[in-house]
Amino acid sequence: MAASIFSSNPTLASGPNYSFSQAANNAAAGVKEHSFYPYTDNGGSTLGISGSDFAILAGDTRSTSGYNINSRYAPKVFKIGGDDETGEGAHIVLSVVGFAADGQALKERLDTIVKMYKYQHGKNMSVKACAQRLSTILYQKRFFPYYVHAILGGIDDEGKGSLYSYDPVGSYERESCRAGGAAASLIMPFLDNQVKNNNQYIPGSGEGHELVARKAEPLPKEEVVKIVRDAFTSATERHIEVGDGLQMLVATKDGIEEVYFPLKRD
Amino acid sequence: MDTLVAQYSRPAFEEEGYSQEDQHQLAQITPSLSLNFALPPLANPSAFLRATTDDHANPDCPIKLAHGTTTLAFRFQGGIIVATDSRATAGNWIASQTVKKVIEINNCLLGTMAGGAADCQYWLAYLGMQCRLHELRHKRRISVAAASKILSNLVYSYKGMGLSMGTMCAGVTPQEGPALYYIDSDGTRLAGNLFCVGSGQTFAYGVLDAEYHYDLKEDEALELGRRSILAATHRDAYSGGFINLYHVKEDGWVKHGFNDTNPIFWKTKLEKGEFSNVTSSLV
Repeated sequence: MAASIFSSNPTLASGPNYSFSQAANNAAAGVKEHSFYPYTDNGGSTLGISGSDFAILAGDTRSTSGYNINSRYAPKVFKIGGDDETGEGAHIVLSVVGFAADGQALKERLDTIVKMYKYQHGKNMSVKACAQRLSTILYQKRFFPYYVHAILGGIDDEGKGSLYSYDPVGSYERESCRAGGAAASLIMPFLDNQVKNNNQYIPGSGEGHELVARKAEPLPKEEVVKIVRDAFTSATERHIEVGDGLQMLVATKDGIEEVYFPLKRD
Repeated sequence: MDTLVAQYSRPAFEEEGYSQEDQHQLAQITPSLSLNFALPPLANPSAFLRATTDDHANPDCPIKLAHGTTTLAFRFQGGIIVATDSRATAGNWIASQTVKKVIEINNCLLGTMAGGAADCQYWLAYLGMQCRLHELRHKRRISVAAASKILSNLVYSYKGMGLSMGTMCAGVTPQEGPALYYIDSDGTRLAGNLFCVGSGQTFAYGVLDAEYHYDLKEDEALELGRRSILAATHRDAYSGGFINLYHVKEDGWVKHGFNDTNPIFWKTKLEKGEFSNVTSSLV
């Protein structure tokens, strides 16, 4: 819900504006003004889709600062609540895009909390509880926000795939699909069409306003993986901050599987 | 001298990682109820916040928060109708078309959400917690007047920090009957029969004021709520998506659907002959 996205998104019509447009004013003439600006937009994009018994979170692995590519393998999707640094035994996945340092801090905080919950209660934290907790963690920094767009995924108490998306200060909503980050405005409309079947009608079901809308059916895992790969190869073609590699975490009742596909590196 | 040396020669790693206070918080079984928020290391935190998150003051702000809404609530003989749209925007970007802007505080209290989505979600959830505590302490349900005052006092204490919310609290209690309050982040708290809040409020008021009277029947009242939101989604670009409709009665609230505006619009146009400014074919 109410997720809100960063400034570089809704710029299809007005041309791209990238993170360094936020940099401090360094005009050669006149008084130099230094301001407190603790954020960098590290670009990249994330995407999450939930199905009937799985949830997939994906993110590209490029890390940028302005026009510079600083890393071709900087993960944006993480396992939460695992036993060690490999994330073995985790049951929740988190993706963060925006300012990578804030994302890392947020991931570590949530990971600690989910672990503490397990030690104190002797059971895993449910995805629903974890989603609510992540919202309060983000809101704790309401007056000095984490510059991130987070998506949380896992399997809910009924065994269904669940996905929650967040704005930087913690407003959240359970959704079936969500794209975040630099290419959100390129990917989200594609998802609305391919996953939610928005604005599609059954041919020949009626005339004009009598047309019957196509219902969204939960997609099988293989189909969703294809959609995610297509979304990222297409975003790589049209957005400079997206590319290098596609990392996917697939949460099912049996645990979390990691998949990596290369993307174009130019 | 030694104390001076000690003061300026603390090891650099001392402040690394989690502070004592952080560690204590992490180790607690439940998150604390105290409201301590992180602040930027500046003399004037709210100016920083305004520069980074308030797109009204600074259109290039890097962190855009969800905004834009039409919400309404009105009292009538059969209780209270609460209706909202479901669009969330961040600048020109439609961040979501499926936002739940009616927040169920408990089974007989509703809150509506306009302004900052996170502010409304967080503080109305906090209000729900306070209402439950009131119930446990006093063995009876909180009045809507008291609940709304908890919220208004709370937001007033954060005045100037950049909270942004325009909310309505609707509920029915034995001592008050149906009660409706408007609370906003400036600290305003008003009791009334009819309120519309958000960027589409004027359009909703236009329809609601024309057709409203207290003796409306239940189905008429529901239809009026729906029609007012429809008018707002039609004329306000920042409103749209789905119409979320609730009816608050003596024994709690009842949900009357979360319906797509598009079919409702065409039904209203073709069956009732309204919206004749819109043609269904190109002229």
